[in-house]
Amino acid sequence: MSFSSSNPAIKSFQEQILNAANSKQTLSIQGGGTKSWYGNTNQHTKLDARTYSGILEYQPEELVITACAGTPLKEIEAVLHEKNQVLACEPPHFGADATFGGAIAAGLSGPGRISVGNFRDFVLGVRILDGKGQDLSFGGKVMKNVAGYDVSRLLPGSLGTLSLLLEASVKVLPKPAATATLRCQISQAQALKFLNEWAGQPLPLSASCWIGKGMGGGDGELSIRLAGAAAAVQAAIPLMSSLVLANEVDPQIAQMFWNDLREQKLPVFDHLGSDQTLYRLALPAACGPLNIPNADPEIVLEWHGQQRWIKASGDAATFEAIKKLATANGGHATRFKQGSNIDPSFERFTLLSEQAHSKALELVQARLRSAFDPAGVFATSRLP
Amino acid sequence: MIPMNMVTPPPDLAAISALQSKLVSSLRPILPDHALLWEPEDTIPYECDGLAAYRRMPLAVALPETEEQVAQILKICFEMQIPVVPRGSGTGLSGGAMPISQGLVLSLAKLKKIVSIDPFTRTAVVQPGVRNLAISEAVAHHGLYYAPDPSSQIACSIGGNVNENSGGVHCLKYGLTLHNVLRVRGVLMNGEIVEFGSLAPDSPGLDLLAIMMGSEGMLAVVTEVTVKLIAKPKLARVIMASFDDIEKGGNAVAAIIAAGIIPAGLEMMDKATTRAVEEFVHAGYDLEATAILLCESDGTPEEVAEEIARMTKVLEESGASGIRISKDEAERLKFWSGRKNAFPAAGRLAADYYCMDGTIPRRHIATLLKRIQGMEIKYGLGCLNVFHAGDGNMHPLILFNGADQDEWHRAEDFGTEILEACVELGGTITGEHGVGIEKINSMCVQFGEGERESFWGVKSAFDPEKLLNPDKAIPTLNRCAEYGRMRISGGKLPHPDLERF
Repeated sequence: MSFSSSNPAIKSFQEQILNAANSKQTLSIQGGGTKSWYGNTNQHTKLDARTYSGILEYQPEELVITACAGTPLKEIEAVLHEKNQVLACEPPHFGADATFGGAIAAGLSGPGRISVGNFRDFVLGVRILDGKGQDLSFGGKVMKNVAGYDVSRLLPGSLGTLSLLLEASVKVLPKPAATATLRCQISQAQALKFLNEWAGQPLPLSASCWIGKGMGGGDGELSIRLAGAAAAVQAAIPLMSSLVLANEVDPQIAQMFWNDLREQKLPVFDHLGSDQTLYRLALPAACGPLNIPNADPEIVLEWHGQQRWIKASGDAATFEAIKKLATANGGHATRFKQGSNIDPSFERFTLLSEQAHSKALELVQARLRSAFDPAGVFATSRLP
Repeated sequence: MIPMNMVTPPPDLAAISALQSKLVSSLRPILPDHALLWEPEDTIPYECDGLAAYRRMPLAVALPETEEQVAQILKICFEMQIPVVPRGSGTGLSGGAMPISQGLVLSLAKLKKIVSIDPFTRTAVVQPGVRNLAISEAVAHHGLYYAPDPSSQIACSIGGNVNENSGGVHCLKYGLTLHNVLRVRGVLMNGEIVEFGSLAPDSPGLDLLAIMMGSEGMLAVVTEVTVKLIAKPKLARVIMASFDDIEKGGNAVAAIIAAGIIPAGLEMMDKATTRAVEEFVHAGYDLEATAILLCESDGTPEEVAEEIARMTKVLEESGASGIRISKDEAERLKFWSGRKNAFPAAGRLAADYYCMDGTIPRRHIATLLKRIQGMEIKYGLGCLNVFHAGDGNMHPLILFNGADQDEWHRAEDFGTEILEACVELGGTITGEHGVGIEKINSMCVQFGEGERESFWGVKSAFDPEKLLNPDKAIPTLNRCAEYGRMRISGGKLPHPDLERF
């Protein structure tokens, strides 16, 4: 721990934090600004985290990369690509300027999440500045570490409400030796059935996406990505194709598809009506097709149905109904993106108090935040 | 013996006995007779966990049979301000379940039901006292298993696994407990029932499930765990490679990973270990090898054939002096038998052994092993090295005779020096066994004052009165000052920022 850093960027961060603490101000941490629309409204003095940038350590044989939070995400991915490695959870960029720190703070993962885990699963250690400007390090650069509480894994998804991320060490994985994509027309219920059955078998199932044209029993298009040893992928293709009458997709087209899904650039994500909201539902594997009121017929299911994207009316009553539906099924719902006419001050998340046996955790969470940030420098309410 | 962390100097025996009577009479109405122990002959089995060198008698031991009883016990202790030490199977290796003299031991051993199994969603809901291996056994007929497999998996409980974030031989490929648990239900010290995580891929708010993992029974008492089950691989084969030089063996580990292979298991044994276990299991190990590497592949037959060929090539290029590949399941198990029996084999070489658990970056494996060789001479004690090479998690077994106090102290110092070397090499003092009471002083070396203060902040967020296993894992400021005073070396004071008393 130290209060005075020799690095000018860190020194400036410390000054901004201490000034904010003294003047009872709140700081909105921002990287490339590619995800500033995500989470509750966040209009405070900006702290620009991009000034602390660069890859600090990368040894491919350790499967770990350590970088400053302000490092462009594409720079990290380019360096990994050279050594045939990847951030396996495929965090979305949502823009060219996305940073490493921003991706961690958002905690979002792409199509690969269902087979490899979320961003939190890959974080091994962090260096942060807390709300007192203290320079602290937790976790490390090794795969296994149980010394002290796992504070570093609180950062992913915390949306800048806990402390300022300076550096992170994350686990990386080798690129799969082979991949293939299969596609077929199938109903939502059938897609969910097959995906869950396959996931329980030793098959190299890496990602899935079902895009529906209708809420009810109508067919949709199911894309399945296989990844692993060449022999395993080759053996799985005929086995799975024959069950759902699927065809293999051209590898280049397939790669574009999965990338567009990850970045929400598929046509189905376009044209969010000004009175609409793109809702994200996170649901247990057991959850079957849901009937959402006032929703667009086009819906997207990822992660074998555990993540669902639905365009529907953005009014308060619709969100209430969607939240209730998600909670009743053991999950939760988020107002992910809002149309231009929707009140930006709407609460975007399901609250802990709305979940079973979680109310007491609100107090725990509040105490946790004040332990790291007693003056409320990062208390932006971006994440409740 | 062990300075207490949180509790003020012990009161006289009469006061302890009065406190014990008060606690027992408060708990009696909510527990059946057989579920509450306080006579010394009944509580003595609970005086230590798997680390027998650290012992202490508790006021009483409660063995609740329902979550409701757990909540009531905690509420009563909360009101009486009596510290509680949760305990699973008692197989922990860091003294994390060592009792507190004026505290209650809360054993979860009787909560041992598998609540439900759902092969379609690949999940099982189990009570904390269910043994790790029992989960895999119960779901085997569905072609599924629970991946984390700590060496103690026959006996250790899933509740304990959550509290230690246990790993095992296959965690390089399949992850730790953290990566294989979806939801934990537990009771806070004030008796409130809460749920961390859910069956959905994420949950609202901060990721409190992540902070529960490896929290050593200090944040909440686990009463139910939902685990992720995965498909059992169709086949597994293991390569046994010999090396005449430790450096070559260490480099081979790095070369396999650099080649883009994540083996299902990647374990190393040094020569002393190989000799000790060969005498015990007769697996046909190469006794001339300086290091033996066990490198496993699992998956479909096609996948395994492809991976075994790639791994063999890398091992040959890394200078392996001998390579054997298991022909069938019986031979695979035989190759593994030595690795799995390293502990009992150590038990044949010496009266006692002390198992360490540091983790280092893989590239420093040879450096650390060479340093340990030097320490063997310095402390006059032997050491066997078996470890999870794939993730750099070292388990040196220091051999000593516990009847000789001097030998035990030398073993302790030997262990501490290994852990400090791990920190110096960029690693950590514990990979999977936890800090407990054993490594609490080493936490002063690994973390600065600010980090330790933050840990207390985390603790207080869940347990503001600091009653749940309060003397474990996180050292107080005073304790680190005390420890620093004992270790002044080269005229330099460690942690000059600490106030001395």
